[in-house]
Amino acid sequence: MSTSTAEVTAEAARTGSARSSAGLRRLLPDGPWPWIFIVPTLFGVAVFYLWPIVKTFYLSFTTVGVFGGSTFTGLANYAQLFTDPQIPRSILNTAIYTVIVLLGIPIAIGLASLIERPGMRFRTLYRTLYFIPYVTMPAAVGIVWRLIFNGDFGPINWLLSLVGIKGPYWLATPGFALVAVAIVGLWMSLGFNLIIISAGLREIPQELYEAAQVDGASRFRQFRSITVPLLTPSIFFVMIMTVVNGFQLFDLLYVMLGKANLAMPQTQSIVYIFYNEAFIQNNQGYACAIGILILAIIAVLTAVQFRLQRRWVNYV
Amino acid sequence: MSENLTTVAVVTGDSTRQREVTRGRGRTQSNWGAHTVLLIGGIVMVSPLIYQVVMSLSTSQQVESAPPTFWPGVFQWHNYTDVFAQMPFGQELWITVAITGVRLVGQLLLCSIAGYAFARMRFSAKGIILGIILSIIMVPAQIYLIPQYQIIQGLGWLNTVIGIAAPGVFSAFGTFLMRQFFMGLPQELEDAARIDGASSFRIFWNIMLPLASNGLWALGIITVLWSWNDLMWPLIVTSSAGTAPLSVGLANLQGVHTNNYPVLMAASLMAMLPILILFVVLQKRVVAGIGRSGLK
Repeated sequence: MSTSTAEVTAEAARTGSARSSAGLRRLLPDGPWPWIFIVPTLFGVAVFYLWPIVKTFYLSFTTVGVFGGSTFTGLANYAQLFTDPQIPRSILNTAIYTVIVLLGIPIAIGLASLIERPGMRFRTLYRTLYFIPYVTMPAAVGIVWRLIFNGDFGPINWLLSLVGIKGPYWLATPGFALVAVAIVGLWMSLGFNLIIISAGLREIPQELYEAAQVDGASRFRQFRSITVPLLTPSIFFVMIMTVVNGFQLFDLLYVMLGKANLAMPQTQSIVYIFYNEAFIQNNQGYACAIGILILAIIAVLTAVQFRLQRRWVNYV
Repeated sequence: MSENLTTVAVVTGDSTRQREVTRGRGRTQSNWGAHTVLLIGGIVMVSPLIYQVVMSLSTSQQVESAPPTFWPGVFQWHNYTDVFAQMPFGQELWITVAITGVRLVGQLLLCSIAGYAFARMRFSAKGIILGIILSIIMVPAQIYLIPQYQIIQGLGWLNTVIGIAAPGVFSAFGTFLMRQFFMGLPQELEDAARIDGASSFRIFWNIMLPLASNGLWALGIITVLWSWNDLMWPLIVTSSAGTAPLSVGLANLQGVHTNNYPVLMAASLMAMLPILILFVVLQKRVVAGIGRSGLK
């Protein structure tokens, strides 16, 4: 970094002396400042992001030793990806989690359209109530939810017992464990979806509703024919965000289930396997291949969503 | 300026006040149903936190009784002081505050100058450099975590505040966010200052940066939220209890002391409280900031 700073200073001296030249001034109106401004970020991004990205691709073709040395093993890690039975299961788990969290979007649309109703009071109160879960620390609130889902004395099973259902041991039972984690994921993301969709709702011109009223359209009809179509860009955006974040499932799983949980093998997400292989099992080469797989999955899902948006998203 | 900030205003609800007046007539009476639904839903949303507060003031026997006792009778305030005996809470709080502070200062400074350069300055290869930085935003963290860990390990920064904070000081997303913000500010002010002979740095520092305060708030809030709550990265680069931030301390605590639920509830509440207070105090700005992150 020191060399680039020196270069910049040298350039500063040059442009300083040439300031009288109008031609150069037009070419370099800002002198050395652009470079001084971007060099720190460029340096940090290159060292901590760009170079690591390149290196991950390289490491995915190697076996990394415990002390850092790596030997080239070609496509062995990728071959392992296709034979590792925990990979398809984890992708399925991550997909199920994401689908359950996506159910929060229709809920957010319903709640946001209530909050943004004409003449509605206490909007700030409602926004605050729904948004609070979004700012909570997953590691901290996961502990609370662990107690809430406790099979013996958790309030969820107590509520179920009131209607005569014997609740399961949520976090120790494969299947139920994933649903429990997904419920918390939905709870945490609802506020974010609500804020984005509320903003989208406020951009819909009020005149459209007035015109529809004159034509005698019912409230439900107005919602279906005005609100939903004009809200599609916001809905599309929260969908993209939910899918991208859903495939990053780790914190809640780690905190709510815990490493030693016997239900973990049937519940773990793809990122959890990445973490486990990279930093617990010390298979960093294989973990890099998993990282590339995660990149590929997210890229494909995002591309598909962008392709499909033409069919249902209305941009005015 | 106001024109360029409409996106922010729309998200904050600043512009709604006017509309509420026009919308307000006529249909107010029929909103009782909406209030009922929203209030019940809102109580459901915060009920886990209310439950947490109540349990943090109960005894272990009360928490573990079935059917649950939802009121402790005598408040067990000592659960909060017991936290300090169960985990190095003060030390971990300090580490969380330190990494959050380092990243906050770093990002506010670096992202605003770089964002401004990309938005308003002319230099060679700008488009290509910006394109490269943008591509990083799209990439999931698993693509750079392992080499990042190796770098921190190589520098001997494992288990240090600087090691936890370092990669997060730089942000492709933050740079892009600030660029978008500066792009929205009016060009005329800048031109006028330039005609008056102000240097590029003075234009940035004295004119553009103060105008970008909303953008800085948004970036700052997003950075604080993410940094305070971050789990995976500190989990990777720390290996002993006294060197990890609160998120890691809490995640690892529960395996050891699973049965002392009241103390766990107290600890996790204390860990979240600073952010919850920050959110309540800055409610409008947080909502605007998160909304902005959405409107990229």
